[in-house]
Amino acid sequence: MNAPAPASAWVLERDCAETGLDPEDIRREMLRRIGEMRASIARGLASRAPSITGMVGWNAQGLWEAPDVLNAPLIRRVQAYAMAVNEENARMGRIVAAPTAGSAGTIPGALIGVADHLGIRDERLVDPMILAAGVGKAISRRMFISGAAGGCQAEIGSSAAMAAAAVVELLGGTPRAAVQAASIALMNTIGLVCDPVGGYVEVPCVSRNAFYAVHAVSAAQLALAQLESFIPPDEVLGAMASVGRMMPAALRETAEGGLAQTPTGLAVTARMEGREPEGPGGPGGMVELPMA
Amino acid sequence: MSLLDMIGPVMIGPSSSHTAGACRLGLVAHWLLGEAPRAATIGLHASFAKTGRGHGTHLALVAGLLGHSPDDSRLPQAFAEAERAGLAVEFRDVDLGDVHPNTAHIDLRGERGRVTVQGSSTGGGVILVTQVQGLGVNFSAASPTLLLRYPDAVGMIARVASTVAADGVNIAALTCTREGRGGQALLAIELDAPLSPEALAFFSAWKDTNWVRLLPKLMDG
Repeated sequence: MNAPAPASAWVLERDCAETGLDPEDIRREMLRRIGEMRASIARGLASRAPSITGMVGWNAQGLWEAPDVLNAPLIRRVQAYAMAVNEENARMGRIVAAPTAGSAGTIPGALIGVADHLGIRDERLVDPMILAAGVGKAISRRMFISGAAGGCQAEIGSSAAMAAAAVVELLGGTPRAAVQAASIALMNTIGLVCDPVGGYVEVPCVSRNAFYAVHAVSAAQLALAQLESFIPPDEVLGAMASVGRMMPAALRETAEGGLAQTPTGLAVTARMEGREPEGPGGPGGMVELPMA
Repeated sequence: MSLLDMIGPVMIGPSSSHTAGACRLGLVAHWLLGEAPRAATIGLHASFAKTGRGHGTHLALVAGLLGHSPDDSRLPQAFAEAERAGLAVEFRDVDLGDVHPNTAHIDLRGERGRVTVQGSSTGGGVILVTQVQGLGVNFSAASPTLLLRYPDAVGMIARVASTVAADGVNIAALTCTREGRGGQALLAIELDAPLSPEALAFFSAWKDTNWVRLLPKLMDG
């Protein structure tokens, strides 16, 4: 019996029919972008330079050089790669948005992390990356992919779903398993708010990419073991879109709620903007700022 | 939207909506002005005004006005680049009403002409241009876009469309708005391929049109 065609083949065929682009051009460009992702991982792991605000910049290298006390080299690699990309992003470095810049670390963290762990060449990442893009496209037709529009569930949720499907295809899973992995990843991201400190793409975005890169690998592992999303993928998307619409503006990238409104968050923001901090983070307050 | 918009763009951080999208909005104004920009007034609405500074939104918009793409490594130095290029930029916080939170209004002047562009950055570096020269439009610059302004008259859309067809180019989408009957009209046509220089020259030579621009495709896909 023939193995079923990979889901990416169908995605590529459909996309080229719609856009009139040549499949080989897309594959070549995807390989180049995988190279760009790799370059951003390498720069991120090599640097401890602070970001624009000074809140992040040393976490990826810190993890990469720390002892692997859990004896979980795959997890450490996936997390370090993801944070390397987002710290590079936060210092105005060059990255590949996937699908956004705030979530740029999740797919390279999961896919390139797994590939490096298993010794898989970049050429074999092209088709999984095309599938990731196809999943992103399918999500963006029904829902939003930006934190401003749908909260972080829409942004990191999309990248985790894309990454999960890609990892399944890389490891030889069926098209059905790839879609199930995406659905499981989304199902377990519903409700996540976008509340970055000061509105900057740094805290919690850098560590969140580390988390959701691992989340994507988890979803792939469940789907490869035949676990299926109890709620069908289309309905999960619908649920997520509806939660996004219910989400108050304060939790959609405006820095008016959640972590952004903590005393530390407010104090850091005030210092960034050259103002005197207000409230408990202000002069005489209790907050010790965790940065240089 | 293509696969390359989902894994991409390759861009300078930190935000696809606040940096790459902002840069593309600047690029729209750059191409529509069609000459070296000398002065710009940029109105920033809601989230662009509130969190733009730490996202490099201001830098990205200016980089776009200078014609630099979102992956151009000069983006973090855009203010210095503008000074070198003789472009003076002024930013204002504005309330543009019930529009997307990431919206900018750009008023760009050159030696000869002036263009106003309003558009939103809707996520992932994708943009939606909603106003050009004060008239409503609705295009994403994901494909080449032809813009013509003329005094409203019978048969103009048909004449323009037949010239585009004669050039062998397919029309993907079209919007036409006008100030009122007989007032200024703006036609925005999204194309599957760029028009030939001859077709463009033909439009520019029409006495009925007073402004013609071909905006190149600004997305990668």
